[in-house]
Formats: sequence, structure tokens, C-alpha cells
Amino acid sequence: MIPELGNFALIVGLAFAICLSVIPLVGVASNNLNLVRYARPLTFGAFFFTLLSYVLLTVSFINDDFSVLYIVKQSNTLLPLQYKMAAVFGGHEGSLVLWVLMLTTWAGALAVSSKQLDEAFVARVLSVLGMVIVGFMLFTLLTSNPFERLLPNFPSEGRDLNPLLQDIGLIVHPPMLYLGWSGFSVAFAFAIAALMTGRMDAAWARWTRPWTLAAWSFLTIGIALGSWWAYYELGWGGWWFWDPVENASFMPWIVGTALIHALSVTEQRGAFRNWTVLLAISAFSLSLLGTFLVRSGVINSVHSFASDPERGMFILMLLCIVIVGSLTLFAFRASALQGTSKFEFYSKETFILAGNIGLVTATATVLLGTLYPLLVDALGMGKISVGPPYYNAVFTPIIAGLVVLMGIAPVIRWKKNKSGTFRKELGLIALASIGFGLAFPLLYGGEFIGWVAVGMGLAFWLVTATLKNAKNNISNSDGRMDFSRPTQSYWGMVVAHMGMAVAIVGVTMVSYYETQLDVRMDVGSKVELSGYEFVFEGMKDVKGPNYSAKQGQFRVFEAGNEVAFLQPERRNYLVQTMGMTEAGIDSTITRDLFIALGDPLDNEAWAVRVYVKPFINLLWIAAALIAFGGFMCMTDRRYRAKKTATETQQIDSANTINV
Amino acid sequence: MKYIAAIIFSVLLLVGHDANASSVDTYSFSKPEYQIRFQDMAKILRCPKCQNQNLADSNSIISQDLRRQLHRLIEEGRSDEQIIEYMVMRYGDYVLYKPKFDKVTYFLWLGPFGFAALGLLILIIVVVRQRRKRGQSSEIDINEQTLNVTEQAKLDKILKKSN
Repeated sequence: MIPELGNFALIVGLAFAICLSVIPLVGVASNNLNLVRYARPLTFGAFFFTLLSYVLLTVSFINDDFSVLYIVKQSNTLLPLQYKMAAVFGGHEGSLVLWVLMLTTWAGALAVSSKQLDEAFVARVLSVLGMVIVGFMLFTLLTSNPFERLLPNFPSEGRDLNPLLQDIGLIVHPPMLYLGWSGFSVAFAFAIAALMTGRMDAAWARWTRPWTLAAWSFLTIGIALGSWWAYYELGWGGWWFWDPVENASFMPWIVGTALIHALSVTEQRGAFRNWTVLLAISAFSLSLLGTFLVRSGVINSVHSFASDPERGMFILMLLCIVIVGSLTLFAFRASALQGTSKFEFYSKETFILAGNIGLVTATATVLLGTLYPLLVDALGMGKISVGPPYYNAVFTPIIAGLVVLMGIAPVIRWKKNKSGTFRKELGLIALASIGFGLAFPLLYGGEFIGWVAVGMGLAFWLVTATLKNAKNNISNSDGRMDFSRPTQSYWGMVVAHMGMAVAIVGVTMVSYYETQLDVRMDVGSKVELSGYEFVFEGMKDVKGPNYSAKQGQFRVFEAGNEVAFLQPERRNYLVQTMGMTEAGIDSTITRDLFIALGDPLDNEAWAVRVYVKPFINLLWIAAALIAFGGFMCMTDRRYRAKKTATETQQIDSANTINV
Repeated sequence: MKYIAAIIFSVLLLVGHDANASSVDTYSFSKPEYQIRFQDMAKILRCPKCQNQNLADSNSIISQDLRRQLHRLIEEGRSDEQIIEYMVMRYGDYVLYKPKFDKVTYFLWLGPFGFAALGLLILIIVVVRQRRKRGQSSEIDINEQTLNVTEQAKLDKILKKSN
């Protein structure tokens, strides 16, 4: 009964979404305020019934209702409760329900917090969101219904959740990722509504920006959590592999980064309007493209994902409707939205535009690398692989260029900067950065490595240029410090850019100074790696709720002192009879000690993989800083203040230090 | 991340995970730099049969076999180029994570330069157009607009009225 109710709730939600995508638009077109005002209640309806459906699916999971096909595939009576609840989105069907839930949550949040905005405009935005929701709900109900029953003959036990997924990572990573992905649909809806009305002014940018920042920040967290999860869970110590699935989440992030910067220009200078709208459409389209790549059979030729051409076709259709529809609208409306502002070559506008173009170039490169093998295969020109060496070779120089711009753009003024002044401000910093970069690999590793010099030099440049700029901005004319002088969103920018510098340091250090040892270890033997001594004290048998494991006991010494006790495991999951490696990791800010067990050898000995990974934790700290910076910008006072459209239309040109 | 996202999206589980194999070998090397080369090479060669995995991370039977060959070739003193040639001859271009530059991958390698050039062109066009726009409107700026004769007359009239 409960699954039927869940299914029914989803259908009712669909009905609400269909009404939402039609009625308010009819109201706007016919000037009927009553119909326009339906937008909010219809949004709440769609949200409520999606939530109900999701909750009922969760309840079925908790009740071990194995008459439902999806639950048989994803769960088991022995599965701990928190994983039963997370297993709801552990597979394709349920993850779509989660996706729809996130979409309706965004729409609901927008409906609640947009009271001060123009009624007709909000109605349009919610309507467009309604259309997106309809698309995803139809996809769920028609091709991937999680409530499908196995009646009358159903199994008494489920096949259990993949052991790889039985981890805290499953509980936190997908919700964050989906929140980010689906959040770009809000920016998309704002863009489409703006195209419909021809209104893409500073007010529009000001309304869009906090939502885009929120989505982008969640996506940052989602990607970082995925990377972190893979790092400690998969046992091979990698944290990024440029896999098509990773790229699918990374491309919307890069375009989203371009979008939040372009929005700041549109908001404060009224420039780049068409460009901003295009970015909003691209970010959402790339989210859909990612879904298509992963869900359809296309990528199946390279990977062993579940193949389902029907699902692939559906998303491809959705993608075509979105891209063709929004670009057509854009083609008809774009010229009407020409900006009026002007700027010189030496201006913040030019540098942010250059950064935007760099980010789009980076996205195009990743897209090219992701699609190229499929293309070559489709054309019958053979099978090739595009992997980390390719991306590292082409992506790194683009990022390097972007970081140079990141140092200059905050310093330089809007509209017109005297060409000499910023050179004077940054010249010394540039020289110091080059010196620091050149010296670092020699002093740290004793050997010159070109990319280390570039990475550390750039990080130094970004930190010092940003801090110098911040210092200038907090200095009053009488020389005293006043931290409240710049806006909160300015500080958000500072924090996020610092996060980027931290990320560069982390990536550089772990890529070039990580050490690895694959070795046979007998009980009582020891190995040395990067100044650490690893002693193998033997194995222990341990039992988990649904697995049994062999647990290695390793003590680690540095200069004679014990610094860590590591217990990596080889687990055997009872239901799926699948082996799993659980790494033993000891973390400090400067390094991770990482041990993964290989196979048992003769005489109680084991094959063991040992890593020393310097500064890898900077990666997660960086992501936290970047996301936090995003949230700081988002919660800036100017987005909370109740402002009428006419007020916000006046561009505050005196405000030069806003981001 | 790759598996995790893959699995979240997919219903089927990973194929090619052998419960009792691992990707950890215990080869010994006659020279320390051979070991580093082994690790580096195992990272840029792809397991021909698995999902998107390199030799270093894959625990499939074929990857174990390829690592054994890799170890042998390195110990025989072959260069990286020779080893890559050897692998491509047996398993095709598919095993290379860094595709060769040939007529098939022409666009793959030159594409990023093309994108960058196009981006630069757009940037230049935008900036030049901005300048021209400035040139046309010459001295008249939003902030420092001057009134023409009729406007000035109108303004004087209004000011007079209010006095």
C-alpha cells in the first residue's frame, strides 16, 4: 500500500508541476493577477507531494518492503538503518526522486523568499522551474519508476547495497551534489524569465546572484565530498581521475564559476547581459548533458554502466528541448538587451571578462576530452582513451592563466583604471611570487621541478595580491583599519580566492611530493617511506553488522616516536560476497599516512600499499573555504534588503570595491 | 568519486571486481628509479577490460598480467617509448590515457588552442567595440552629460518658475 501511495503522490506532484508550468504564464499573458498568484501555492503543492513521495519511498526501505523491485536491488534486512535511508538514492531510480525533490525544494524556497520581488516576474520564474520539474518527473515516472512492484512472487531478502556505498559518503555526497546541480535550474529559470520579459537589468542580476551562489557553493561541497570519499574509500588513494562522470559534475561547476562572476558585473555595471544569460543556460544544459552522458548507453561503450537506451533518449530529448528552446528565445531577444555601460581596456570589466573566457575555454576543453572518444568511436575511427595525462597537460596552463587574472581583477577599478597604478601596486608582488616559486622546489625537495615552481608561485601571487587589496580596502583615509568598510560579499570573494590558493598548494604538493610503496610485509617487519617507519604487527579478525574483515595492525614511527596506529581492513560483505579494501589513514594538516591491504601471501605476510601524501588535506580545506566564501557573498546584506525594482535599477557606480 | 557517482547513477554494480585480487604487487626492482618509472607508467596505461581504470588501480586479471609485463620490460631496460609502443601493438591505442598526436586526435590536441584563440578574439572584439563606442559618444559620458541649448532653456524656465 505504501509504495502505491508514494507513486500516487509523485503523480499528484506531477499534476501540480504541470499546472505550475501553464497557469501563471497564462495569467501573465492575459493580465489576470488571480492566475499569476497561483504560482506560489502550485509550487508548494509540487514540493509537498514530491516530499511525501520521497518519505514514503524511505519508509518502504526502512520496512524492508521487498515487493518493490528497486528496494530488492538496493537494500537488505541486515543493512544498518542509516544506510537503508541513504540507499533510497543509492541507485538510478531513487536518485531521480531525490533530484526532483531538490528541484521542488529550490522552487519552494524561491516562492517563500521572493515576496519583495516583482509578482509577475516571480510567476514566470516559477513557471519555468515547473517545466523543468515536469521534465524530470516524467522521466522518473515513465522510464525509472522506483515504486515498481514485483508481485505476486517477490523475494524475502534484498540483494544489498553495494559495499562501496555503505559509507557516510553516500549519506552526504549525493544530496550536496544534487542540490548544486539542480540549483542551476533556478539561475536558468531566471534567465529564461528575463528573456521572456526582455528585462535583464541590474535588478535581475541582483535577484539571480544569491541563488546561483547557493547552487554553486553546494556543488563545490558536493564535488569535494565525492573526491574525499573516493580518496579514503576506494583504497587506491586517488582523489581525481578526470573520469567522464567526474567531468559531468565539474563542467557545470566551471561554467557556474564564470556565471557568478559575470553576474557581479551585470549587477554592478549593467554590462555583459547577454553573456550572463548564455552562461546561465549553459550551466543548466551541462548539468543535463552530464546526466545524459551518465544515464544513456552512450558512455556504456567505454564503461560498464547500466545501459538503457530508452532513458538516454528521454534525457537527450529533454536536453534538446532545453538547448534549442532557450537558444531560440535568446536569438530573438538578445539584441534587445544590449548593455549601455562602457569601460576601458584597463578595467575590472575587461579582466573579469577575460577570466570568464578562460573558464569557458577550460569547460570546452573538458567537454572535448569527454566527448572525443565517443565521437571517434561513433565515426568508426578506432577506440582511444582520454585520461589524466591529457587533462593535466591542457587544463593546467589555462588554470595558471586564470590565477594570474585572479590576482589583478580585484585590484583594478571598474570602468577605467589609470594604466600605471595597478602595475605599481602589483609589480613588487609579481616579482616576489616569481622568486618564491623558483626557490620553493629547491628548498623543499632539493630539486627544481618546473610545475611546482609555477604552482607555488601562483599560490603566493594569489594570496599576497588578494591580501594587499584587502588591506587597501580596510584602510581608512586616516590610516586606521576598518573591517566593516568593504561589503560582506567582498570578504566572501577574499575567502573563496584564498581557498583557491590553498587548493593550488594542495594539488601541487600532493601531485609532486607524494610517495608510494607496494611491498610485501611479514609480521614484525618494517618499511621506511619519506622518513616514516611502518611496522606491521599482524592481523586481527573483526566483525561488522553485515561483513567480516581482516584488520591489519600497523604502527608508524617518525624519528623513533610513534605518530600513528593504522588499521586498514579487507572486508567481505556477506550478502554480495564482495571484497572491499578499507584504507587506514592518519591525517594531519601537513600529511596523510595511508595504508591499503593487498592480498595475503604465504607465512601470514601481506601485500601492502603505503602512501605518504603531503598536504592532501588542504584540498578539503580549500573546498570548504571556497564554498564558505560563496555563502558569504550570498548572504550579503544587499540581497536581503527589501528593494523595489526601480531602486535597484540605478547602478551604484561609486561602489567600486564590491565584488 | 568516479565509481561512487557511477554507481549512484547506475543500477548495476561494478563489473570486474574480483573478490580475492588486489592491485598491490610486491615486485622488487634492481634500481630505485625503475620503481618510480613503474608507478608512473602504471598510471598512464589503461586497463583494457575494465571500467575507466589505470593499471595501478585495477585489480582485474588482465591488469595484473599487464603489470607483470610492464615490470619485465622495465627490468629489461626498455625505454618508456618502447614500452608504450609494445603495449599499443598488443592492445591498441585504447590503453594510452595520453592519446598520441595523429590524424585521429588532431582536433583533440589542437582544440584547446582553438578555443583559447577564439576566446582571445572575442575579448579583443569586445574591448575594441567598447573603445569605438566611447569614440562615437566622444566627450559625453553618463556622469558628465552636458545640456544642449533647448534643454538648458527648459531648465532655466523651470528654475525660474520655482523661484
